Amino acid sequence: MNAREVILERVAASAGESPVLTREYRRRGRLAPPERVALFCERVDEYRAEVRRVEDVAGAVEDVCRAHAVRRLAVPAGLPAEWRPAGVELVEDSGLTPGELDQLDGVLTGSTLAIAETGTIALTAGPREGRRALTLVPDFHVCVVEESRIVELVPEAVAQLGELVARDRRPVTLVSGPSATSDIELSRVEGVHGPRRLVVLVA
Amino acid sequence: MRAPAESFPAAARHELENAQLRANLRNATETIRDKRGRVVAELPDWEELRDAGRAIKADVLAHLDRYLVQFESAVKAAGGHVHWALDGAEANAVVAEVARAHGVREVVKVKSLTTDETELNQALAAEGIHAIETDFAELILQLDGDWSSHILVPAIHRNRTEIRDLFARTIAPGIASDDPRELAEAARLYLREKFLTARVGVSGANFGVAETGTVCVVESEGNGRMCTTLPPVLVTVLGIEKLVPSFADLEVFLQLLPRSSTGERMNPYTSLWTGVTEGDGPQELHVVLLDNGRTRVLRDEVGRQALHCIRCSACLNVCPVYSRTGGHAYGSVYPGPIGAILTPQLLGIERAPSLPFASSLCGACYEVCPVKIDIPRVLLHLRAEAVRAKPSRRERAAMRLVGWTFESARRFALAQRAGRILQRPLVRAGVLSSWTRTRDLKPAPRESFRDWWRRERA
Repeated sequence: MNAREVILERVAASAGESPVLTREYRRRGRLAPPERVALFCERVDEYRAEVRRVEDVAGAVEDVCRAHAVRRLAVPAGLPAEWRPAGVELVEDSGLTPGELDQLDGVLTGSTLAIAETGTIALTAGPREGRRALTLVPDFHVCVVEESRIVELVPEAVAQLGELVARDRRPVTLVSGPSATSDIELSRVEGVHGPRRLVVLVA
Repeated sequence: MRAPAESFPAAARHELENAQLRANLRNATETIRDKRGRVVAELPDWEELRDAGRAIKADVLAHLDRYLVQFESAVKAAGGHVHWALDGAEANAVVAEVARAHGVREVVKVKSLTTDETELNQALAAEGIHAIETDFAELILQLDGDWSSHILVPAIHRNRTEIRDLFARTIAPGIASDDPRELAEAARLYLREKFLTARVGVSGANFGVAETGTVCVVESEGNGRMCTTLPPVLVTVLGIEKLVPSFADLEVFLQLLPRSSTGERMNPYTSLWTGVTEGDGPQELHVVLLDNGRTRVLRDEVGRQALHCIRCSACLNVCPVYSRTGGHAYGSVYPGPIGAILTPQLLGIERAPSLPFASSLCGACYEVCPVKIDIPRVLLHLRAEAVRAKPSRRERAAMRLVGWTFESARRFALAQRAGRILQRPLVRAGVLSSWTRTRDLKPAPRESFRDWWRRERA
């Protein structure tokens, strides 16, 4: 017998009855949209990410880039034209190598959805988000979150993401603030390997 | 998996002499405990989430054969390869074979308790392949030949000056500052080049979804994203108990885990991948399903709940024993209360018989466990097993005598009277005083309650 057969035989011998599973936790949020958006902004801010509520995305990106001395931004090919800032060099990702991505000042993308209660952004490699490496290697990430895509609770987000995974096998990355470590004497340092600065534009 | 080199009481004695360790541990366990308390109190439905977490895990164990086959076919359908390993050596051999097939001498690795358990790094080194630990704390331990003392913050027993000196000797010659920010920057620079050029990545996993074949890694630094995204080849070693039935079940664990573990509402990064995505991430994916003692744990109806564990480490931070001795005293990659029930079961009780006794049975671990593992109950169960495995004739004779005494009121009254006289050797230096060294033995009162009752009411 090979390892597969041995393991399956052993686990089958221990099979039993399933307990009753009741999902009595909250699966539907209760907040009205304006409160939901406000909660999301508050929670993102607590992760020490920069969060701004904006009307004009392109203009806001330009401001942010100026403030952070960012000149060259990677963008996914499907980024909406009205989000593309003037005055910043945009490099469209068409299979840039990790080394090339590392040379850029930052990246500008959209997002699939966001979770208010945890201040989380979900990226699923859609046309406006680009592949995973794009939002990982550059040290500065400007991410646009549309108000209409903010849900209140984790279960509401997982339900939507589950559909994308089941249908298209999309890779999913959940981002909650910039990368961080507390490994030395529990003292928190923001920014290790992922983007050290995260700017969230809520539009 | 290696058995502890010495018994828990012996190992704990050395650890307790280390003042730095005790100060660091106190600070770490108290800080994380407070943070956890705050973010758990924030959720009105925490208990309902715990109930669901426990039920989902129990369901997985009850039908593990079905879920494993379902997971295997989902991963294959999504373009991944699935391997099965009975023990650590078989799992390590799969990783080594993948590395050899691609002709690499170096792999980048995400922090993973499962591969610590299989001693993957040593196995790869024997094949001439260097596994680079990319989690900050794991890198520190690897550079110094040290090992983990806490599931979440493995290098918590080291201070910043020690780490600065270590980096100056190894990856960052000339580094002068011991500011954690500068030290993290040194690690970033050293690892960045490794990430950008690595051809094979190795990871463990927090969850595997049977329904979709999705693998989930939860982390903070971004090294997990690097290792699972940039190298063209990825091997994931997954304990068979890490499955969850459906993608929707993640809605429970992605709330329970970060709040219990780091005390955050959500950890900075969670990566979920479902097979190979064209033009995005690794184009060759392997998953190794590991037994290594898990099916042995599964056979024990009381002990199997240890396999519910999602490795959050909340039980370590509240444990009065762990927070004083630290993780090294447990002699295992799984320290603390969960280690005290998991290690002896994975290895067999005869190879770690002292661990179930490394507890005061106060029950704090059960209260914080996000998947409601009744650790005190399993500890008691394993204590009985340990005694059955290696009975002490003297202890058994003593227990029989006690039983005989308690059976009759007359014998009991006589024993009480005798006890008042015979207690002397226990409180004075002598053979029996070792039993009272770590316990406070209250002297028996001059008059027992029964004697008093008789005198007053007769």
